[in-house]
Amino acid sequence: MQQKAIYLVAVSVLSCIYLLFCLPFLSLAGEPIRIGVYLPMTGPVAAFGQMEWAGIQAAHQMHPTVLGRQVELVLVDEKSDRIEAANAVSRLLRKEKVKAIIGSATSSNTMAGAALSEKAKIPMVSPTATLPLVTQNKKYVFRVCFIDSFQGEAAAMFAYRNLKARRVAVIVDRAQDYCVGLASYFKKAFTRLGGKVVSITYCQTGDQDFSAQLTSIPASQSGLLYLPNYYAEDALIARQAQELGLNIPILSADGAQAPELIKIGGKAVEGLYLLAHFAPEGAATPLAKEFMKFFKKTRHEETSGFHALGADAYFVLLDAIKRAGRTDGDAIRTALASTRGFGGVSGVIKIGPDGNAVKSAVILQVSGGQFRYLTMVKPW
Amino acid sequence: MDLPLFLQQLLNGISLGSLYALIAIGYTMVYGIIRLINFAHGDILMVSTYFAYFGISVYALPWWLSVVVAILLTALLGILIDLGAYRPVRHAPRISALITAIGVSFLLENLGLVVFGGRPRAFYRPDFLNKTYELVGVHIFSLSIWVPVVTALLLALVFLLLYRTRVGAAMRAVAKDMEMVQLMGIDVNRVISLTFAVGSALAAAGGIMWAMKYPQINPLMGIIPGLKAFVAAVIGGIGNIHGAVLGGLLLGITEILLVAFLPSLAGYRDAFAFILLILILLFKPTGLAGKDTIG
Repeated sequence: MQQKAIYLVAVSVLSCIYLLFCLPFLSLAGEPIRIGVYLPMTGPVAAFGQMEWAGIQAAHQMHPTVLGRQVELVLVDEKSDRIEAANAVSRLLRKEKVKAIIGSATSSNTMAGAALSEKAKIPMVSPTATLPLVTQNKKYVFRVCFIDSFQGEAAAMFAYRNLKARRVAVIVDRAQDYCVGLASYFKKAFTRLGGKVVSITYCQTGDQDFSAQLTSIPASQSGLLYLPNYYAEDALIARQAQELGLNIPILSADGAQAPELIKIGGKAVEGLYLLAHFAPEGAATPLAKEFMKFFKKTRHEETSGFHALGADAYFVLLDAIKRAGRTDGDAIRTALASTRGFGGVSGVIKIGPDGNAVKSAVILQVSGGQFRYLTMVKPW
Repeated sequence: MDLPLFLQQLLNGISLGSLYALIAIGYTMVYGIIRLINFAHGDILMVSTYFAYFGISVYALPWWLSVVVAILLTALLGILIDLGAYRPVRHAPRISALITAIGVSFLLENLGLVVFGGRPRAFYRPDFLNKTYELVGVHIFSLSIWVPVVTALLLALVFLLLYRTRVGAAMRAVAKDMEMVQLMGIDVNRVISLTFAVGSALAAAGGIMWAMKYPQINPLMGIIPGLKAFVAAVIGGIGNIHGAVLGGLLLGITEILLVAFLPSLAGYRDAFAFILLILILLFKPTGLAGKDTIG
């Protein structure tokens, strides 16, 4: 009896060892291609991360294979924090051994991760990091959104020509490179057009009280409030502006396009203008139509700008891997850099110099508790 | 800066400062009685706003009822935290309790992220609080009046509890000499549980007022109000209840005036609050109003 037990144990141990040794060889042919994703799933800008992740997942469901192999997504939360973002990328590179990376949502955190992936020569595609600095002097870092020098100029033009604003007050989130950069591009362009930025005051991500900044605005007789910040701050600023009796139009940026802006801002954000990446009404490519239908069917939700850009980061990367025919970092990088006329969800994407996407922007307005499409701005 | 503008900024400061004060009352009361800096105070505040949020938005209770329910649930949460986390280290060195408090804080934050999700939610504000009045060019938002009123009311209630009830007498006795009180046959654990219940209920009141003023809640929202209330409590002399109110008002007004007069430094107002904390600890560690008035 005892002998039989020992025999059984021995057999099972041996078969385990056998399996352990053989498994890697067995699965080599169909080994999945691992793509790392790092996004803010929690923290102040979690809405971006969660929307982009939903977009990436839907895109992955639509096209789950490339080069005859499965694509496997590995998600790491960067917690809306730039140190956590660097940790996330280093984990994706060292532990998860990914072939390419998608992320992150905000400029500051993408820069924190990009330095590492540049060093490891693993290509990275950001869905929505719009600050020009993100990709400068980097060979392996790309993005599928327009950049802030274009966005700031387009916003200034819209403010000056369409809204007829001449004097503008700006409140900037000093903790975000994106906000500071955008404010300065706007100011430069608006001044060149003949307008005047009469006051710039600062806040910090996570601030809740803006009464002091807002109170100092009416004295400068400004006709427009420009808020190049993220949705949480912009929603609270809009509410407090109303509470302080400051009733001037507000123009915001792509960082405000989240459902939370309207949920938190309520009536105070009615009529707010913003420059954004995508509007379902303006979508023209076949992939956009297919994706919007698929997204509606599987997620029971309309496609927003951040869904679309998350999906585009995945689609552009997948297209590059297909054209490269291989999965080593340099091959994917070269293919990414030569992306031309790719019909993505958020429009036709060309990867220009510095790995930046060249594409158009849309102007939206909050009306009836929804983002409504006003007009499109083409790159010049 | 002309007069109406200055008055407006002063009002902004009082409005913010009384919120800090409201949160600091609970902070300093718990410290005054059991000598524990409850670093989880801000996170208890966060949980209370979610209780109220779920009451209003999910269970469709009238807003005042869900506020009452949220305050009661938060008081219960305070008792549970004391039972589970602080009672086991009651007789350990004081630093153990402090570290436990930091642990509870992280636990609540991360539990909140898992249970409630990381995306901010919009907090309901009843219509009658949505009004703005205008007086000689100064815009007075209705909550800017309500918050100081609620703060004053709760302050009075805390004093009544401490100085006019038997439980309050027991609390003051525990503050003086815990061991002696035990020898006199008073159930110290029950008194401390009650202290936590009251402290957490005060955190809930502060949190709900905070969420009505800045109608956006998320699992990490308690950190900054908690820290600011701590600074306010230290400024006023930690353990000293009217000192906490003084400290809160002072902190709020200085923060707002700093932004008003030096707009380019507005991004650093949190840093400024902590510089103030360091200065107070260096030059007047007992706070402006002196400490230990409980008892």
